[in-house]
Amino acid sequence: MSSVSIRKIRKSFAGLTVLDSVDMEIAPGEFIVILGPSGCGKSTLLNVIAGLDDCESGQIVIDAVDVSGLEPSQRGLAMVFQSYALFPAMTVRRNLSFGMEVAGTPKPTIVQKVDWVAKLLQIEALLDRKPGQLSGGQRQRVAIGRALVRSSSICLFDEPLSNLDAKLRAETRVELKQLHETLKSTMIYVTHDQIEAMTMADRVAVMHKGRVEQFAPPQSIYEKPASLFVAGFVGSPAMNLLEGSLDGAGRFLVGQRSIGSSAYPFEDPSTAGEAVLGIRCEDIDVVEPGSPDSIPAKLAFTELLGADALGWFDCLGKRMSVRLGVDAARSMRKEVGLRFDMAKASFFSASTERRL
Amino acid sequence: MTRSLPGERSVFGPRAARLGLYAFLFASAAFFLLPLLLVISNSLKPMEEIRQGNLLALPVKPTFDAWLTAWKSACTGLECGGVRPGLWNSIKITVPAVVISTLAGALNGYALAQWKSRHANLIMLLVMVGLFIPYQAMLYPTVKILSSLSLFRTYSGIILVHVVYGLPYTTLLFRNFYVGVPEEISRAARMEGASFLRTFRSVILPLSTNILVVVAILQFTGIWNDYLLGLIFAGNDNLPMTVQLTNIVNNARGSASPNVNMAAAVITAIPTLIVYFLSGRYFVRGIAAGAVKG
Repeated sequence: MSSVSIRKIRKSFAGLTVLDSVDMEIAPGEFIVILGPSGCGKSTLLNVIAGLDDCESGQIVIDAVDVSGLEPSQRGLAMVFQSYALFPAMTVRRNLSFGMEVAGTPKPTIVQKVDWVAKLLQIEALLDRKPGQLSGGQRQRVAIGRALVRSSSICLFDEPLSNLDAKLRAETRVELKQLHETLKSTMIYVTHDQIEAMTMADRVAVMHKGRVEQFAPPQSIYEKPASLFVAGFVGSPAMNLLEGSLDGAGRFLVGQRSIGSSAYPFEDPSTAGEAVLGIRCEDIDVVEPGSPDSIPAKLAFTELLGADALGWFDCLGKRMSVRLGVDAARSMRKEVGLRFDMAKASFFSASTERRL
Repeated sequence: MTRSLPGERSVFGPRAARLGLYAFLFASAAFFLLPLLLVISNSLKPMEEIRQGNLLALPVKPTFDAWLTAWKSACTGLECGGVRPGLWNSIKITVPAVVISTLAGALNGYALAQWKSRHANLIMLLVMVGLFIPYQAMLYPTVKILSSLSLFRTYSGIILVHVVYGLPYTTLLFRNFYVGVPEEISRAARMEGASFLRTFRSVILPLSTNILVVVAILQFTGIWNDYLLGLIFAGNDNLPMTVQLTNIVNNARGSASPNVNMAAAVITAIPTLIVYFLSGRYFVRGIAAGAVKG
């Protein structure tokens, strides 16, 4: 267990800023997921933490020691790569033991460690095979094993599940989470998959254009996105967004209509001006058209998802998604009213795109 | 690999296409083998049959006399020991030169392909320039440099020349191979604490068998068949077989004996043939891996 502190990391590549003053404080034993679309700098950040890439300025501090100038192997961390990056000419056993051989670990210790990790990940039967003879899922396990075998106090994961099929991905996700509970090492996990982020993380750092947009527990990222980007990126279907303006007196105006916004916990209730209202599909109720505080809407189509359903409505010039029960979706009428649960909604400033 | 070309079935049918393919392959093989067969058949003739002037006739009374003469008693200038002393010279020049130029090329290629330094591409470009300049243009400067190092016409000198002249080629081949090896493998080795050389030795070399064999064969053929550099840089004690072969063929003393010349030529070519036969499998695999330009 180690703490990691990332301080003002800045990196640019050919005039393009890849990391723009990234700060993050990670407590010992935390499972941190760095989430973002491709090109947001998340993998670069991981490589900088690992020491595989240099940064222009800033510090990486592990357990109060500045490791910025140290080689990856001196930082006491392990890493799982997206393509697994197993050593093709070595058997699984040697893949696992190579790092310890390099470090000059005594033979009996190596054997003991390899046996331990092979048992932990149930890859004992594969030890004498070469990576080329393994399936994708097995290679993944070996790659994870190679990272765990030296009992590093920090493990880095670079989109480790993205090459697996959906079923295996779901299984491995659960296993990784359990491994974390058992080993209690600090884990930093990069992904573009929000389900991985939501299910595994203690805290999620959402990155966008080289910046950390929000660094918070997954549920509060979902419920209280700190910026318009986070609101649009996290959640499936994406959060419904309505542009309009706040009048500073408890109403949100969209075109000719207005919605009462007094239930929303504003930091400053008198905030006025251009704003964007974000509301999740499950925070909208379908009501009789013309009910108080409702907005008329027209059903476009419904999607049955098995356990529940999504209704897509044309409302205030936007297509909005509403989560429905399957039966309600089957008997949905064309003309309805939508009522927003403003206590659970989000307001963003149109200019700064930050949460109000 | 069982996929057929679109036009194949409709025009000829697979069987006719196969036949045509083999006909072409046999014709090509005959085209390349004919000169070799002529040389071998004439080397087996005694002088009387040669004097009849019928080059294409098969030997009536085959004899290995010419081979024996070529091997141990044909005159190369003042000495009359055949190509035999040259064989050992060629081996002791070729083997270290091939090993060093191949391994150094692998190390260079790996460094240029995977350890991105800021000027890697510029360096590669400069290395490529070395490929385009003909040997002849570099001879004189090389002679001057080697004499100032007291290496001109010495054993270490000729090996150094072969290694240096071979490096651009071997570096290019290895670089192109290593560009296709995922960079994450090197990064993973670095995470495991392996140094550059340790990564190269333990991780990269073991996955390079095919390309190593290809490059080693190309270097072996090139260095074994080299005449010019051997003549100029090897010195009298280390003249390779090719130089002695030329001396036998051009020997002004005594009468010309084409059968001996041809036997000497075949003897000189045997080692490269053996190398190709033994390693053909790897060679084709290496080419298929997209490693060889031509």
